[in-house]
Amino acid sequence: MKLFGIKIPMMTSLIFWALVWEIVGRMDVIFLIPPMSSIIAAGFGLVQTGSWQNATLITLRTFVLGMAMAIAVGVPLGVAMGRFKIVDNIFGLWVNMFVSAPLSALVPVLMILFGLGETTVFVTVFLFAVWIIVLDARAGVMQVPPSLIEMGRCYGASRFTIFTKIILLSALPEILAGIRIGLIRGVKGVVIGQILVSIIGYGELFELYSRSFDMERFWALTIILFAAAMVLSAVVEHFEKRIEYYAGAR
Amino acid sequence: MANPIPLRTADNATPDAVVEVRDICKRYGDVEALRGINLQFERGKLTTLLGPSGCGKTTLLKIIAGLVPATSGQVIVNGRQVTGPGPERAFVFQDFALMPWATVLRNVAFGLELKGMPQAERHRIARHYINEVGLSGFEEKYPHELSGGMRQRVGIARAFSVNADVLLLDEPFSAVDEQNRRKFQEDLLRLVDKERKTFLFVTHSIEEAVYVSDRIVLLSPRPGRVSQIIEPAIDRSAAPDVIRRDKGYLDVVEEIWQGLRQYAE
Amino acid sequence: MHMAASPQKVGATGGAGSGSSSIVETLADFARRRKSFWVAVSLAILFTAWEIAGRVPISFAFPTFLETLSALIEMALDGTLLPAYFITFQPLLLGVAVSAVLGIGLGIAMGLSDKAEWLLAPVFIVLQAAPMAALVPLVTFVYGIGLVAKTLAVIMLALPVIVLNSYKAVRHVNPSLVDMCRSFQGTRMQQIFKIVIPDATPVLFAGLRLGIAAGFIGVMLAELLITPTGIGDLITYHRSVANYAHMYAAVASIIAVSTLTLAALQYVELRFLRPEKRRK
Ligand SMILES: Nc1ncnc2c1ncn2[C@@H]1O[C@H](COP(=O)(O)OP(=O)(O)O)[C@@H](O)[C@H]1O
Ligand SMILES: [Mg+2]
Repeated sequence: MKLFGIKIPMMTSLIFWALVWEIVGRMDVIFLIPPMSSIIAAGFGLVQTGSWQNATLITLRTFVLGMAMAIAVGVPLGVAMGRFKIVDNIFGLWVNMFVSAPLSALVPVLMILFGLGETTVFVTVFLFAVWIIVLDARAGVMQVPPSLIEMGRCYGASRFTIFTKIILLSALPEILAGIRIGLIRGVKGVVIGQILVSIIGYGELFELYSRSFDMERFWALTIILFAAAMVLSAVVEHFEKRIEYYAGAR
Repeated sequence: MANPIPLRTADNATPDAVVEVRDICKRYGDVEALRGINLQFERGKLTTLLGPSGCGKTTLLKIIAGLVPATSGQVIVNGRQVTGPGPERAFVFQDFALMPWATVLRNVAFGLELKGMPQAERHRIARHYINEVGLSGFEEKYPHELSGGMRQRVGIARAFSVNADVLLLDEPFSAVDEQNRRKFQEDLLRLVDKERKTFLFVTHSIEEAVYVSDRIVLLSPRPGRVSQIIEPAIDRSAAPDVIRRDKGYLDVVEEIWQGLRQYAE
Repeated sequence: MHMAASPQKVGATGGAGSGSSSIVETLADFARRRKSFWVAVSLAILFTAWEIAGRVPISFAFPTFLETLSALIEMALDGTLLPAYFITFQPLLLGVAVSAVLGIGLGIAMGLSDKAEWLLAPVFIVLQAAPMAALVPLVTFVYGIGLVAKTLAVIMLALPVIVLNSYKAVRHVNPSLVDMCRSFQGTRMQQIFKIVIPDATPVLFAGLRLGIAAGFIGVMLAELLITPTGIGDLITYHRSVANYAHMYAAVASIIAVSTLTLAALQYVELRFLRPEKRRK
């Protein structure tokens, strides 16, 4: 957002950094940093390989399953915590604890329980994503103005209608915000899970490229992953903005 | 009982103007907030800016304070053109602008702290004004422990303690309930009388404006322009309750309402 | 600048305040006791569930709660746990300290200067959203498997979140307070040190807590991935010899330690940077 006569969009600095990277890469100071152009070229080659496509498929599958599970469990639990004090009291401690716990330490446990395969990664994704979804859904339900619920009662809405049409709808912005952060955490979860298991999906590829010092491919894979994470969060953010008009009004 | 004479002055030039506003225009991007404002504010008088919300009252006050640059025109205070905030002006904020992490005492002394005055001295001055606004005993309290009205008293004490000539008050009583509001208005009048400073006061309450002002400037809705200037010559020596029932007072209120109602429709 | 309608920002610094009234204290005391009651209940429920699941058993690699607890006590007493924590905490503390200083500094700079914002904000936005864990194997190439590599792993995970929170904290400082400082002719430095930083403090602390949480993830990742040391070594070793109770005990202890660390930080923040937690 630098004003230099004209406004320069903020994200343009990424282009600047890419250029810096290119120059550093060309100067050949360190083998870790090959020129950006050759990384991009390697990236185009990479996406055509069967191993990448296979790994992507596995990664996507575990990620989507883990996230679906996290949302399916997290939202109802969060809503229940927001509505019922007793549920909140019982689960509050654990949710708050696990939302910031070093879950990477838990992956070895998952590995012996679920084996060195997709299941472990799936559970890792679930564990990384679910807690923040619970907390945000809970916060969303808790902030529903009591006057809105009273209004519903005054107009003779049934409990079910109040729940679906008032409570859930007015908690929606928070629920979506939780899902967005959950998605970002889920991406971290899928990577951490795969790297620690190290024989499936991207974890296997990372292992392979770093062991063979194939830095171009290593970085290409990283950039693909980073870009995917950014795009994912941008998509949900866009979706969030569409309902923000009523979130902003309260 | 006094007989207030509502006075309309076409030419509002005054001999002893502390603040002079010349041809002020202000645009925020596409929004024209103020257009061609010309005003003079006399020393020792309380002038109220009155107008519908969004008409640019806060903007005008902040331009005079030097917090917001005008698009065109100039503000002259004590014969010098305003380019930024200055020691001869002090601002009282609508949302109090108190530091939540600081005690009442530190908040009140903050203007002096910024000037580098030694602690003992600035605390002495701050205590004096805390007492003046009726908050003695609350020096060590934090803003969140005070009511809205008490917080605004802290803001007023802070503005007084830097000993500025001109006090700019932006809707200081808007967060105060009606009972306390009346009490505050009376306190304000007492302080005006005692401190002999020039007050520029923003409100959107007609009654409040008539009750406290020597002069009322009515602003029209966007773009804000001066639409009328009224001098409610009210005899303030009478008891507050008497004034509020005074026919002259009520007439001025009615007159202003007539002037403003066209905008309300 | 237009005046903010309702400042929801809260800031905190300063020393001890005056004593609160006794009613407030009794209420707070009641709430505290009530809370500890529920803590006990939810701990009891989980541990019971764990014990039952272990006795069924749901998996050969799933020890009961009591077995895990006795393993934990055993490790605490035979002097393996404490040295392991000593080793784990070295890269963690170092990494968090570096991230805190660097991150808060950079974040504040980005919040104050448009140029720094343009240059750095996008980078950290990407780094925070991205799975930095992917880069952990890389640091071993340059820094080997020692303390430096592990510290770097911690920094890689902790720094972005601290930077972005500090940046947001400064950008969301109550504009009315900044105006107030200007109206009393405060200098730019006074504005930064007397208004901006104190007002940003609660969010800076929130960022610090998130950074520490990320640091714990980072250090465990490093210890499991780069080379087994500290708690990571305990986990890896006991796993390899199928000593599952001990392995679970090590994992549970690091989760507990990280939770307690974060809670302690929050307590310190509330206790010493108190006066108001919420203005409204
Ligand atoms: N910082 C700003 N940016 C854009 N528009 C503004 C800003 N401040 C005020 N305005 C606009 O200028 C007009 C006058 O605002 P203001 O001075 O706050 O009015 P008042 O105090 O009389 O309610 C309003 O329409 C408001 O929306
Ligand atoms: Mg206003």
